[in-house]
Order: sequence, then C-alpha cells, then structure tokens
Amino acid sequence: MRTLLGLVLLCYALAAAAVIETYEFSDPALEERYHALSQELRCPKCQNQNIADSNAPIAQDLRKQLYQQLEAGASDEEILEYMVARYGEFVRYRPEMGGATLILWLAPLLLLVLAAGVAVAVVRSRRNAAEALSDEEQRKLQEMLEREQDA
Amino acid sequence: MAPRLKLFLPLILFVVLALFLFRGLSLDPRAMPSALIDKPFPSFTLPALQREQTLDRSLLLGKVSLVNIWATWCISCRVEHPYLNQLTEAGVHIVGVNYKDDSDAAKRWLADLGDPYSINVVDAEGSLGIDLGVYGAPETYFVDAEGVIRYRHVGVIDERVWNSKLAAIYREIGGELPQQLAEASP
Repeated sequence: MRTLLGLVLLCYALAAAAVIETYEFSDPALEERYHALSQELRCPKCQNQNIADSNAPIAQDLRKQLYQQLEAGASDEEILEYMVARYGEFVRYRPEMGGATLILWLAPLLLLVLAAGVAVAVVRSRRNAAEALSDEEQRKLQEMLEREQDA
Repeated sequence: MAPRLKLFLPLILFVVLALFLFRGLSLDPRAMPSALIDKPFPSFTLPALQREQTLDRSLLLGKVSLVNIWATWCISCRVEHPYLNQLTEAGVHIVGVNYKDDSDAAKRWLADLGDPYSINVVDAEGSLGIDLGVYGAPETYFVDAEGVIRYRHVGVIDERVWNSKLAAIYREIGGELPQQLAEASP
C-alpha cells in the first residue's frame, strides 16, 4: 500500500517537473491563472500540445510573455486577444465562436440532431412494419385462419 | 426513400467519405495561416546587425520587401541561403531578421556564405518574432511598399517553391525582378 502511494506521488512529481522554468508570482491567484491559461493556449510549433506541456522554444517564449503580462496586470481576455492577434484563433483550444470556427462548434450539435432523426425514423418504420399488413397479406391470413377452423 | 435507393446508401456514404479523405491527402495539417495577413508590419525598435544603427519599420516603406527570419542555429536557413543570394542578385529587396541568435556567429555566417540582406535587424529576445507570429525559422514575410504584410511563407525558399508559387505573389504585390533570375546549376 505504501509503495503504491509512493508510486502515485512519484507520477505527480514527474508531471510537475515537465515544465522546465519556474516563475515566482507576486500573488498565488496569478499563478493559478498562469496555469489555466498555459493549458488553454496551443503551441503554434508542436500543434497538438499546449504551451504548458511543450518544450519548443516558441512555447517557452509564450510562457514568458504570459508571465510578464500577468504580472503587469493584464486580464485573461487581454492576454488571449494579444495571442490571437499574433498567432490567430489557432492558438486557442477553445476558439471564439463565429466565422470559420462556427462549424467546429455546431457540427457536434448537428450530428446529434441528425442521429436522433435517423433513430426516430428507424423505430417508426419498424413499428409500422409490425402493425400494418397489406391487403394481400390480410386476405392470406384470413384464409389460413378459416382453414384452421374447418380442420 | 425508395427501397431501391436505400440499397445505395452505403455506397453513397463511402464515396463522400472517400472524397474527404482524398482531399486530406493533399492538405498540410501544419499549414497555419498568418494572423497578420493584410495588416501593417508591426512596429519595432531594434539594433542593426552589421552597423551601429537603430532600425524601425520605416525601413520597409517605399518598396516591396521580403522579410526573412533566420538564425545560425537553423539548419533549413543554411539550405535556403544560396537561393536568397540569387534573389538578391536578381534585384529582390530582402531584409533579414536575425532571430534569437548570437550576433558574432551571425556576422561570421554572412561573411562565409555571402550576405543577401540589404540590412539585418537583430531580434535577440524574439520580441519582433512574437509580434509577427513567428513559430520557427525560416519564415519569410512578403511586405508591400506600404509596409503591409501580404503573405507569409513558412519553410525553405528554393527554386521550386519560388517558381511555382512565390514569384507570382511577389509580382502581384508589386515586386519587380530587374535582372533575370540565374538558372540554378544542375
């Protein structure tokens, strides 16, 4: 049990060591926002990592920018605006809704509606098929039943 | 839907999917449009590399320029360097931005390999790089005579990419080639 706990703690230590440079923040609240924003911003060079996880030089530079701007008192919106003005909506993992990113936001909803529509249609057609017999089938059924009674 | 048509549904779905995948073959997932297209080149105040001088964005006004982001640690920059020399010989105005580099090493590089740049801006901290949205070297910005960024090329400029794409963009934004570009030696 103790070894397991040790191993679990060690994993946390590795994750914490992944970011190389550390910044001293004047306020713990700033540090929290630093971590939130560096998770949110995408590294332009290594496109499937955020800047918190990436060791690319550009990610280091952007972390430094982030730190300096936080210490200078910039709001989250101002910082995101600064990054987007330079690197495009691309740098945000949650891009602003509208324009080219609209399809990103709406596609899941559209697919859900489409899937629900297909499901409803399938269920309905099955139920109809079970209930309704054609005239021909109805006549045959009647014949069979009558034969049964005669026998 | 007619039952006959329903039978073709898987085929139709397959064709649509295949079209998307086929398109994906020729797309570059790393291609990222610059956020600064059709925006003025960001202002800066930085030293020149080879002389005592402070430079700003006014050096880009009045003629079409290529702004080339380079560094001695960048291997691809070495690859494109000879072609930049050729472009300069043909009369293209190239401004260098020596990006996060050691200035002495940069001067040696230009002495050894030739200097295609009309002037070099020293961006030791990469601050101009961030303002430009640079994410790696080499990158080349096509700036028109009003100092507006019209195109960004990421990666090496060589004869193939110049002839197939960049020359047309250069001409479109008003760039001229006074001299014929030398044919690359086979």
